[in-house]
Amino acid sequence: MKYELQLKNIAEGFRKDVENLSQQKISNCYQCGKCSAGCPVAYAMDYPPSMIMRMVQLGMHDQVMSSNTSWYCVSCETCTTRCPREIDIAKVMDTLKIMAQAGSYKLSENEIPIFDWIFLKSIELTGKIYELGLIGAYNLLSLHPLKDIYPMGLKMIIKGKINFIPHLFYNPSELIKNIRMFKLIRKKDRERIYEKNA
Amino acid sequence: MLKVAYFPGCSLSSTAKEYDISTRLVCEDLEIDLVEIPDWICCGATTAHITSELTAAALPAKSLVWAEKQGLNITSPCSACFSRLKMAHLHIEKDPKLKKEVEEVIGEKYNGKTEVMHLTRILIEQYGIENIKAKIKKELKGLKIACYYGCLMTRPAEVCVNDRVENPMLMDNLVKALGAEPVKWYYKTECCGAGFSLTKTEIARKLSGDILKEAKDCGADLVMVACPLCHSNLDARQPEIAKLIKTELNIPVLYFTQVLGLALGYNSMDLMLNKHFINPKPLLKAKGIL
Ligand code: SF4
Ligand code: SF4
Repeated sequence: MKYELQLKNIAEGFRKDVENLSQQKISNCYQCGKCSAGCPVAYAMDYPPSMIMRMVQLGMHDQVMSSNTSWYCVSCETCTTRCPREIDIAKVMDTLKIMAQAGSYKLSENEIPIFDWIFLKSIELTGKIYELGLIGAYNLLSLHPLKDIYPMGLKMIIKGKINFIPHLFYNPSELIKNIRMFKLIRKKDRERIYEKNA
Repeated sequence: MLKVAYFPGCSLSSTAKEYDISTRLVCEDLEIDLVEIPDWICCGATTAHITSELTAAALPAKSLVWAEKQGLNITSPCSACFSRLKMAHLHIEKDPKLKKEVEEVIGEKYNGKTEVMHLTRILIEQYGIENIKAKIKKELKGLKIACYYGCLMTRPAEVCVNDRVENPMLMDNLVKALGAEPVKWYYKTECCGAGFSLTKTEIARKLSGDILKEAKDCGADLVMVACPLCHSNLDARQPEIAKLIKTELNIPVLYFTQVLGLALGYNSMDLMLNKHFINPKPLLKAKGIL
């Protein structure tokens, strides 16, 4: 996808926000293109990673936040490993997703946040991932109720690979501790985003 | 005797039971003491680090602190769990503010004394190839194996200790020691799309399809993995992938602990080979291994 640079597209401070939250010096990027060359999902992205880096440098926040790029990043760390400027690009992608979910931007992706919400709830309540609940709840909420049920899901059940009962904490006080920890994390996260965006 | 804290991870108690069982079996055989962390909690996987940096550091920190108190190093057979534990450690060490927050939310002090190692390193490096060789009951002659490392046990460079990031050899060396032949191929560190297996399935299918095709074209009889997510993409999704790319694949995918188990003389029941979607038994029988 092409992008056009216009004065009205540029948001002062966007680069700083991303740099602060990710703790990566994005202005160091000299556009060698290695990150895009090695990215396994570049073919499906609106803009490949190196282009996103340039757009962040320029402060093009609307285009960056509305593109699908960060949501298509699969966290394979290839870009981070190869960047000659030692920028952790995978972490920048994480930061863009975190910023998008913090509410100030319109999300270009709905399914992954749904999945993530269910995933983290499962950890909060049981300490572990309960696959059957995770897949079931995700399929329902993302409106593909039958996805992966046949043939893969069925075969997994036949082979005894899916548990029907969630794992639970052996020790109930651990459950309470866990819920308390999640609550504290949410509070701290809100402070963190607020403080860096301020 | 080698003693290490064991973090099995969620996959190993459900979709990858055979990996857990074969790990415990092989370690018992080699007299490596795995101490499972009581009431361990999920590492948070990709989900945690794309939603909140603090969650991604705090969840693994609980297990790290436990291991530290016991004076043990910590291992996980799952590449994703390994990566989360290791990255949490690296991030906490680098960022004093994060460290303070982590200590606050978990309510314990974090000293960072515990080393996080993937199970491949415990077995192949710490226990040692020579010691493994001495225990072999059956050489895996004539088996051509493509060792697939994927992303998270080798990247980023900080987690890849004593090996090359772009061309790791740890598992290849093991395969050679067991008498089999490691295949030279070019996709050993490509991504299988694990994180998207349930959400953006079409991407996972494409990436895994490329890997399976390359392994087949390079003459591999089977693919050997060290991660339950890679395994479920390459094995459980293989029938769909074969249909999609209209190629007959039918290439078994085994965990490295299962391959090692075969060489130590265990049979298909012990190693739960029947759990795989692509049945490896005909191949292993034809090669005289089972
Ligand atoms: S690899 Fe690094 S320097 Fe090169 S384009 Fe990507 S971010 Fe910029
Ligand atoms: S971490 Fe994300 S952006 Fe980087 S190469 Fe992998 S998929 Fe592409």
